[in-house]
Amino acid sequence: MDFLELRWDIIWNYRELFLRGIWVTILLTICGYVGGIFLGVLIGLGETSKKKWIYWPSKLYVDLFRGTPMLVQILIIHLALIPAIFGQSYGFMVSGITALILNCAAYNAEIIRAGIQSIDKGQMEAARSLGLTHSQAMRKIILPQAFRRMIPPLGNEFIALLKDSSLVTVIAANDILYAAKVVAGAYNRFWEPYLVAALLYLILTYLVTKVVAYVERRFSNSYNPRKKKEGRVEA
Amino acid sequence: MIKVENLHKYFDKLEVLKGIDYEIKEKEVVCVIGPSGSGKSTFLRCINLLEEITDGSIYIDGVKVNDPKTDINEIRTEVGMVFQQFNLFPHMTVLDNITMAPMLIRKMTKPDAEKLALELLDKVGLRVKADNYPQQLSGGQQQRVAIARALAMKPKVMLFDEPTSALDPEMVNEVLDVMKQLALEGMTMVVVTHEMGFAREVADRVVFMDGGFIVEQGEPEQLFGNPQNERTKAFLGKVL
Repeated sequence: MDFLELRWDIIWNYRELFLRGIWVTILLTICGYVGGIFLGVLIGLGETSKKKWIYWPSKLYVDLFRGTPMLVQILIIHLALIPAIFGQSYGFMVSGITALILNCAAYNAEIIRAGIQSIDKGQMEAARSLGLTHSQAMRKIILPQAFRRMIPPLGNEFIALLKDSSLVTVIAANDILYAAKVVAGAYNRFWEPYLVAALLYLILTYLVTKVVAYVERRFSNSYNPRKKKEGRVEA
Repeated sequence: MIKVENLHKYFDKLEVLKGIDYEIKEKEVVCVIGPSGSGKSTFLRCINLLEEITDGSIYIDGVKVNDPKTDINEIRTEVGMVFQQFNLFPHMTVLDNITMAPMLIRKMTKPDAEKLALELLDKVGLRVKADNYPQQLSGGQQQRVAIARALAMKPKVMLFDEPTSALDPEMVNEVLDVMKQLALEGMTMVVVTHEMGFAREVADRVVFMDGGFIVEQGEPEQLFGNPQNERTKAFLGKVL
């Protein structure tokens, strides 16, 4: 253990690589997550569908992407799927984001399905009895309520994705972990680069938990930004 | 106004309604009573097709409800429903609960819808609660809001599915009073209830259901005072 002679200067020398890595990690995670939300909503709704030809493909998708390691998915997408479809690779960014979207969508779909199914069925009945169509009831009544319940698990998924994005180093994406590996290789020293990488991930996940906590508060029922509407005739 | 012909309802293999024939006229208040499991709630829920009808037909104003060509959403706008569990929308204020459907479906403007909602809240005595959320209200208050919400669509018929069964005893009357008021104003109402006092006082006709059949029906005086069927007598003997 050479704790006493840690050489932080080697990190400083490679600061640009780490900054670049932070940026790449953030970009991968945000793109993967946003895409994963959109695809996840579709698949999650698909999982609640009564139509078999919608339900089964959605279920299969979730089982497939939850049941296989993300590392394997990344390799298949980068080395096999994208070249097979487009005849060439478009680099780690495209492959990485694609893999993160597809993987994240499976987990988000489960969160969204569970959220929707946790809403009392009386809510749907009340909405339908007022004459709302199924999709109007979904949009106005079910999803807004389900969304509140989905916020904590969706936040967890964001944090998990942020950390899992480090797996894209395997296709030579220059994210945080990649920077650490380069430094480790160049100096043959391991404590400094990997501790810094861990610390950077820790800071990022900490920031995310703060954002999630804010969103949770913002959407809680007691929070009512419009105290009194204007033009109301008061009793 | 509502005509039910040979209505059958199965849940999987279990036959819950075994051929119901009944007709409800305009401005009539019909109370449906009977032991639990008798099919009375299912009967009510078939009227606005919250339950799929297995066999038979229901007509509202001459329109067959369970015809594939019928727009069920349009029918439902004419048929208000009040649930045992209130089912207010917890993420909306009381006011928004009431204005949502008129604005979305009747394309009412926001000021018009809010004016209507406040009138209805006046009617149920809850105007001061307009900006509250449902969970800040007592059960009785929530149910009165639910009635106002259903009325906001200006329905021709109101269905009540055991509206006071989930309430603490001291709150039952505030809800029944609102319903009585509605009945006096000439609303057509079908009420599934265990409140025999209410049925006796307000109903034009009372229907006794048991085992998926209408066993006996008639004016409240006659059904409560001089029931003909043995099962009616037994049931009334237990609840009165």
